[in-house]
Amino acid sequence: MSAEEKPVIDVYDLKKSFDGKPAVKGISLKIRRGEIFGFLGPNGSGKTTTIRMLCGLMKPDGGHGSCLGFDVLTEMSKIKENAGYMTQNFSLYEDMTVGENLDFMARLYGISSRKDVVAENLSRLGMTGNKNQLAGTLSGGWKQRLALGACMIHNPQLLLLDEPTAGVDPKARFDFWNKIHKLSAEGVTILVSTHYMDEAEQCHKLGYIVAGELLTEGSPEEVIKKSGLVTWRVAGPDIWLLSEKISELPAVAQVTVFGTELHVSGYDKEALYRDLKPFMDGKWAFEVSKPGVDDVFVSLMEKRGDEGQ
Amino acid sequence: MRRDRLTFGMMIGIPLMQIIVFGYAINFDPKNLPVTVVSADNSVFSRDLVYAMENSGYFRITGTAASEKEAARLLDLGDVQFILNIPENFGRKLLKGERPTILLEADATDPVATGSAIAAMSVIAQELFDRDLKGPLSHLQAGQPPFKLVIHKKYNPEGVTQYNIIPGLMGIVLTLTMVIITGVAITRERERGTMENLLSTPVRPIEVITGKIIPYIIIGYLQVTLILLAAHYFFHIPMVGSVPLLLLVSLFFIVANLSMGITFSTIAKNQMQAMQMAFFFFLPSLMLSGFMFPFRGMPEWAQWIGSALPLTYYLRIVRGILLKGNGFSEVLVHLWPIALFMSIALTVAVGRYRETLD
Ligand SMILES: Nc1ncnc2c1ncn2[C@@H]1O[C@H](COP(=O)(O)OP(=O)(O)OP(=O)(O)O)[C@@H](O)[C@H]1O
Ligand SMILES: [Mg+2]
Repeated sequence: MSAEEKPVIDVYDLKKSFDGKPAVKGISLKIRRGEIFGFLGPNGSGKTTTIRMLCGLMKPDGGHGSCLGFDVLTEMSKIKENAGYMTQNFSLYEDMTVGENLDFMARLYGISSRKDVVAENLSRLGMTGNKNQLAGTLSGGWKQRLALGACMIHNPQLLLLDEPTAGVDPKARFDFWNKIHKLSAEGVTILVSTHYMDEAEQCHKLGYIVAGELLTEGSPEEVIKKSGLVTWRVAGPDIWLLSEKISELPAVAQVTVFGTELHVSGYDKEALYRDLKPFMDGKWAFEVSKPGVDDVFVSLMEKRGDEGQ
Repeated sequence: MRRDRLTFGMMIGIPLMQIIVFGYAINFDPKNLPVTVVSADNSVFSRDLVYAMENSGYFRITGTAASEKEAARLLDLGDVQFILNIPENFGRKLLKGERPTILLEADATDPVATGSAIAAMSVIAQELFDRDLKGPLSHLQAGQPPFKLVIHKKYNPEGVTQYNIIPGLMGIVLTLTMVIITGVAITRERERGTMENLLSTPVRPIEVITGKIIPYIIIGYLQVTLILLAAHYFFHIPMVGSVPLLLLVSLFFIVANLSMGITFSTIAKNQMQAMQMAFFFFLPSLMLSGFMFPFRGMPEWAQWIGSALPLTYYLRIVRGILLKGNGFSEVLVHLWPIALFMSIALTVAVGRYRETLD
């Protein structure tokens, strides 16, 4: 990975509107070869739309750039040939068997030795036994696996995965991420959208998009550092009640409840400590900690919300 | 309901269309049927006969043919519905009381279309020369007409309605199934989301469309075969012409309908809409193509619409080949409009089919 190498995804100011309503309002991305880029953002923020523009499925209304060295405006068919796109919703044929679906995909990509490729993929996916099962009868997690296998059948150098692990059990998610890391080590570039923060922390780089705008970008550490956030973790009884009281404090920017813990964040370390001190009477356990990416994203959302008002 | 403006349009449009068609277009008593005259006689009497026929309103003389062969070709092509044969020395023989023979040949593939005109002809023959044959010639009208009228119902002498309907049914079935299945098939891909996957691969629109069309062409041919077999074994429909020729021509018709279905599917937002559009195309095809009602019996505007539909020409071809024994040259006359329709529909289908999700 030399620094001079042209990024695999290199786009500037991509825009897309539907019926006059902007869905993506100028997004620029640079993703290098072999990088795992995590694409995060609330529902309806424009992740799917951005990915579709990157893989040649939608023409951007504005902006320019390239994907795998091909122009996103004029060489869409070239991008389609060389990238693998996994849709957010299952988009293989439910009334075809697993084997038939893989074979069909291989045919669409013009693969010559289809039989071998299909057999190889079936065993790699651990689905040799399901070869003759109808895809529609697979469970959600297995459908995702099949879809991932199908979009990689032509060994693409770029994978665009739209929420590939939604509804997948923890073990399968773990296996999936192992595979992603392996591919990345082999030099495959991966853009993956997700709502899981543990997955976000495994990415080399993150992008957080809200209402069609990229609010922050960088490695998980950079994103946290850039936010300037200080977070205290609080554990103890009645944290819901406590959260109400604490959120009134001037130095507290945001309070979120994570299971049995409160994450209390602010931008001014000293002021936050002063405000929280009265509560540190032994009833609750306070602990300064590094903010997580989730804390950062929540704060970014709230900040944006404030600006909006 | 308010959101689905197309459904609303269809609910108003379909009954409206039916009212108009059933109210105005249907006519089981077609008039102005084209006649070509082959005449070897130039007497007052033959001119009077032709004049009387035109006057009855049932016939329209389109011209005279130089030979019987030329006239027969016009009938084969369906350009004329009747041939009027006036023999040599008709006038002279008439005066001599020899009762010459007038031959009226009818294209009776559709017995309904010619029925009333033939009935009218007998009346004309009876009354025509009442006026001419007065005074000294009045003996010639003693009870029976002064000439013999022979009516020759060609292609379907017994007037069996099935002869006309069963071959026509082939076109109806093809139109209905081909337009609907392709229309729905592609819309379903979009509804289920499989289209997104398909579009993200490098396949070209033309490849997707051919991939969709080919299996349906096979289905279309199965239907044609089934109907032909039934026509032959159950209904004993004569098959005078070449069946391979019919099969070849059917290809154009099938592809024309499939392209229409694909065009609909690129406009429709869901399967229901695609279905409705297909139906909206099917109804005029059913009613204005000459399947349900004699084409020549329809008012001019209805004939105009009918002339824009491929089924109209396909019906003529099927009947022409099976009943009249039409060969390639006669078929060609009706084939080019189908081919033209096919090219336009296919171009629109491919052009409208998007490579992106926009
Ligand atoms: N084909 C379309 N037609 C009209 N509007 C659309 C279309 N696709 C997306 N949108 C709108 O664009 C916005 C962004 O949608 P998008 O699907 O990109 O969000 P997302 O980030 O993928 O959300 P999620 O996390 O729920 O998948 C939404 O407001 C959506 O309603
Ligand atoms: Mg999405």
